[in-house]
Order: sequence, then structure tokens, then C-alpha cells
Amino acid sequence: MRRRDEAGTAAKAVEARGLVKVYEGRRDRQVRALDGIDVSSNQGEYLVLLGPSGCGKTTLLRTIAGLERPTEGEVYIGGQLVNGLPPRIRRVAMVLQSYALYPHKTVHSNIEFPLKAENVPRHLRERKIRWAAELLGIPDLLGRKPRQLSGGERQRVALARALVREPAVFLLDEPLSGLDAKLRATTRDELKRFQRQIGTATIYVTHDQEEAMGLGDRVAVLDAGRLRQVGTPRDIYDEPADTFVATFVGSPPMNLVQRADRLVGFRPEHLLPAENVAYDSRVTMPLRIERIEYLSGDRHVYGAVTRIGAETRVIARLPATVITPLTPGETHEFAVPGDRLRFFDAEYGIRTAPVRIGG
Amino acid sequence: MSGTRARAGDRARLTDREGFLAWAFLLPTVVYLTALVVAPFVLTVAFAFSRSTGDAPSYRFAGLRDFRTVFGDDVFWRSLLDTLALTGVAIVLVVVLGTALAHVLRAGFRFRRTVRTLVLLPWTTPVALSAISWRWLLGSAGVDRMLRAASLLHGGGSPLDRTGPAAVAVVAVHVWRLTPLAAVIVMAGLNSVPHGVWDAARLDGAGVWRRFFGVTVPLTLPVTAVAGVFTAAITFADVAVVRVLTGGGPHDSTQVLPTLAYLRGVEGGDIGAGAAASLFLLPLFLAGAAVVLRVVRRAEADR
Repeated sequence: MRRRDEAGTAAKAVEARGLVKVYEGRRDRQVRALDGIDVSSNQGEYLVLLGPSGCGKTTLLRTIAGLERPTEGEVYIGGQLVNGLPPRIRRVAMVLQSYALYPHKTVHSNIEFPLKAENVPRHLRERKIRWAAELLGIPDLLGRKPRQLSGGERQRVALARALVREPAVFLLDEPLSGLDAKLRATTRDELKRFQRQIGTATIYVTHDQEEAMGLGDRVAVLDAGRLRQVGTPRDIYDEPADTFVATFVGSPPMNLVQRADRLVGFRPEHLLPAENVAYDSRVTMPLRIERIEYLSGDRHVYGAVTRIGAETRVIARLPATVITPLTPGETHEFAVPGDRLRFFDAEYGIRTAPVRIGG
Repeated sequence: MSGTRARAGDRARLTDREGFLAWAFLLPTVVYLTALVVAPFVLTVAFAFSRSTGDAPSYRFAGLRDFRTVFGDDVFWRSLLDTLALTGVAIVLVVVLGTALAHVLRAGFRFRRTVRTLVLLPWTTPVALSAISWRWLLGSAGVDRMLRAASLLHGGGSPLDRTGPAAVAVVAVHVWRLTPLAAVIVMAGLNSVPHGVWDAARLDGAGVWRRFFGVTVPLTLPVTAVAGVFTAAITFADVAVVRVLTGGGPHDSTQVLPTLAYLRGVEGGDIGAGAAASLFLLPLFLAGAAVVLRVVRRAEADR
């Protein structure tokens, strides 16, 4: 860090420029897994690549790691062009989705493997193994074989194996997907603390928006090999760059109502019975209620709105503090604060300037 | 059965009875194995302790007489060494070449499917047939004539008539024939290795050799061992290659135990001695195979 500050230019931990990856499919069909990606991650930052399965996020990670060769574009690590360099020279460590521990080696030998590959002398190897094992709380497991470990333990071993090389960048490919729901929550927390502790730039791939929003300093949303938006979780959620991001992030997703050549978007939690929206600049609309779900204290109201645009099915999420009685079948006046409305081009889906909506 | 009374006519059919089904499915195999494996084996053991000859096949117990005959035969000891050497060399070459071939066949290239099929041909061709082809190629008609035409070979007989080259030819044909089998077995083993492990090894900074010897070899050791056992079993039990290619010659220099057994027992008429010779290696092989398979099982338990 200090060295780079002295140099005057803070080199990015990782930078991808114009990355394109084309796979040759059967019968000369081409698949563009990456379609011109520009993204960079800062020193010590937690960058999350978020997208649906098949969006190219894992390909991007593998290209950064050096497991895949980009068809076009450049990868820089610590400001250095690494195209064509094998993973071992890139000083990246990657934890694969399957953890990919060596089944025939003990935990100790698994963690030792990268050190041996770098010809680290024995006494140093032992010290580093101990250090990594203690950091991850697995000193008791060193003598075991991977098959004797639980999913969570395997993940720790995989992390320890990645850690001993003291990499410049950590690449994590859906590290939580193999764990059950309960373990996932605690491990997520541990991963974040672990990264804070070692302070290494981390790029984390997931399709789970909760993980992405919870872990990321910044989130990069990908779809179909293209980068849709990069920003803080707050940016991504509040100021989505297009309708893909708007509907992919958020659960339930943002409601989109077509109004002429625009789409009017608002989050379910901002659509409330009109009497609960005090703003003068609110936009009201009648909601015909079809169904109400009661989920963890909130009421999710399903129905169709009219007046502000074409009749559209929407979802409203009412917190427990909203006590307005609602019953399926009735039509109730709902409203959204004016500053919560987002506008998109109906044809291309990209964000546009606000439009005045009366009433 | 007693609790819920079945309705009339709802009787369990014969095919619902697992005991019956088990026997019905097993019976063909049992009959087949008894007729073609157990019976000949028992007969061989019996003959090894008999005075039976081709002229007087009636059974008369002879104790260890046949074994004494065999052990007194210089050719037997030479054949024994030949068999062990042939098997040992074949195992090493077949396993090494088979592993290499397996990796080649797994790589992505054009016409891979076609090449895979073609590569298997030596294994699918009947042994006697391919041995005849090789005899023709290596013998007077093929290689020999070419070498002479190019003035690279003078005088003497064809390669198959010379002691050293003949032995090399026997090994070569076995290796040529069994390498595809080993390749297919090792390929299956490679396919069962979770792919991420190789990625992990690359990420961990391991170079080509470390990836191969530190990851691939240990992970495919069980199947490789199986390929080795198969090679051993097929090589040292084989009569056809030696019979057809060299006939055991020149001067019994390429004789192996099975061909010797055939020579003494069938052609020489001393059935007892032939049986004794052919039985000699069995305990050794069984012990070897048992050890290897046990190691394999232990290695597999790690998965």
C-alpha cells in the first residue's frame, strides 16, 4: 500500500479492461461468455460480482485467476499486465465453488501443497500452516482427510490453503453455496471478518443478492456477459442503472409500470396505503388487492395498479407499523413518495430523467 | 402377510418374489462360470497330480510326480523367468503408455471420437488374428524384406528368428494390444476425478510435473493398479501371441509358462506335467492381485 502511495498512482488490486471471452460451441456456434467487461477492484476492497447463473461471473473470475485465457482484453493485477501468465505468477488465490481439496491428502498436506509448489523451506511451511490453521480455527483438523470433514470445515481448509500463499487478491467463487442455510449466515459473517482481518482485496462471486449486498463494499451486477452496474450496495438498490438491476436486486423485485415510452419503477416497500404516505409530492394510484401474504411481520400485498400507467401487477410490502386494514378483493388508494420513483426507457430499459406524474 | 388379508386372486406373482428372482438372474452366470471356469480349473488341479497322458487319459493319482518332472526341466525355469520378465515389462510399458494415451484421448481435438474408436482396435481384434498380422509384418514378408531391400539387414533369419528381437517382438505385441485397454481404464479414472482439483493445483502454483505426480497420479492410482492387474492377468495367461508369433522359439528362448504347458501337455502328451506347469504361477498371481486390490480399496476409501 505504502509503496504505491509513494509512486503517486494508487494501483488497482485488479483491473479488467475490455474483457471478451468467446467459447466455441458445437457446429461453430459461438458463446460470448464475457462481452466487453471493464471492472476494477481497489486495494483492500470487497468487490462482489452478482448475477444470475450463466451471466459470466465465474468466467470473469477464472479469467482474472488465469484459468481461462481471454479472447480479447487485458487483466492487470497490482497494476501489472498479467495476460498469458499462469495463475502461480499472478499471486492470486482462488477458492473454488467445490472447494476442490485434494482428497488423497490430509488437511495439513492440502494447506502445504501451495507452499511446496513455491519451494518454501520446511520450517517456514510449518509456521505458515499453523498460522493459517489458527486464523481459521482448524488446528485440530490438520491430521484429517477431506472426506472426514463437514462442508463448513472443508471451506475453512480451502480458505487456509488459499491464505498461506499470502496472495495479492482473493477470488472466491460462490463459497457459501455448498453450505446449509443456517451455516451460510454465520459463515458469511466470518468471511467478512476474516477479510477485514487480513485486509486483502477480495473478489467474490455469487448469485445470491443477500450475500452480495451484505458482504460487498461494492457490487458489480452482470448479465449475459455484460456489466450492468457497479456501485455500493446502496447505489445498486436505490439507484439501479437499468431495469435488469432494478428487478434482479431486491426481493420482491422493483415494480415496473409502463407509462407511454417510459417505465415507472418503485420498490415494494415504498408502495403504501395512501394515508401512510405523508409527502406532498406523493403519487397515488388505486390498487386492486388480490392476495395478501404475511411474511416475517410484513404484509406482502399482491394486486394490480392503474391510473399511473398501463394496468400492471405489483407487489407492495407493508411493514408491521402500517396497520391499515386491507382485504383481498377491495380496491384501495396506494401511494409512492415522488422521490422514490425511478424512470427507465421502455424500449432499452436504461435509466432516464424523471417525468412529472400528476396526482 | 397375516395382518392384511390379500383379496382373492391377488396372489403374489412368481416375479414378485425376490428370492426366486435372485436365483433366476444368477443362474446363467453360475452355469457359465461353472462350465467354463470352475470345471477346467478343477480338472487342471486334478491332472497336475495324475499320471494321465495323451495316450492313456484314465486318471491315476501320482502325487507330486508331475511337479518333480516339471522342476527338473531346464526349459521350465527359463520359461518361468521369461514369463515374469515379460509380465513385468508389459505392466510397466502398458501402464505408462496407457496413461499417456488416456491423457491424449481426453484432450480436445478434431476427430477425437474417430481417433478414440480407432485406437481401441488393437484390443478388439482377436489375439490370434493380430498375432498373425504381426508375424507377417515382422517376419519374412514385411519389415525383414524392407530392411534387406534397404541393405540394413544382412544374412541370418528374420527378426522373429533371432533370440533378442523375437523376445522384443513378443513384448511389443502384448503392449500394442493392451495399451488401449489400459488407456480406457485410466481414462475412466481420470473422468472420475473432480475437475476442480486440477484447477486448484494450478491456482496453488503447481507446475505440470507437480500437478501430474502430486495430484493426478495419486488420484488415479486405484484405476491404474486395476489396469496393471488386468495387464498382468492377460499377459501371463496368454498362449496365442507367443504360439503364433515365435512358437516359443528360437530354441525355446521366448517360451512362457502357458506355451510350455501347452507344449508339454497337449503336444507332448504329458497332460500331468502340462497341468503342473500351468498351475505353478497361480498362487503367486493370486497373492499379488490380492495385495494390489487391497491397496486399491484402501486408496478409494479416501474419496
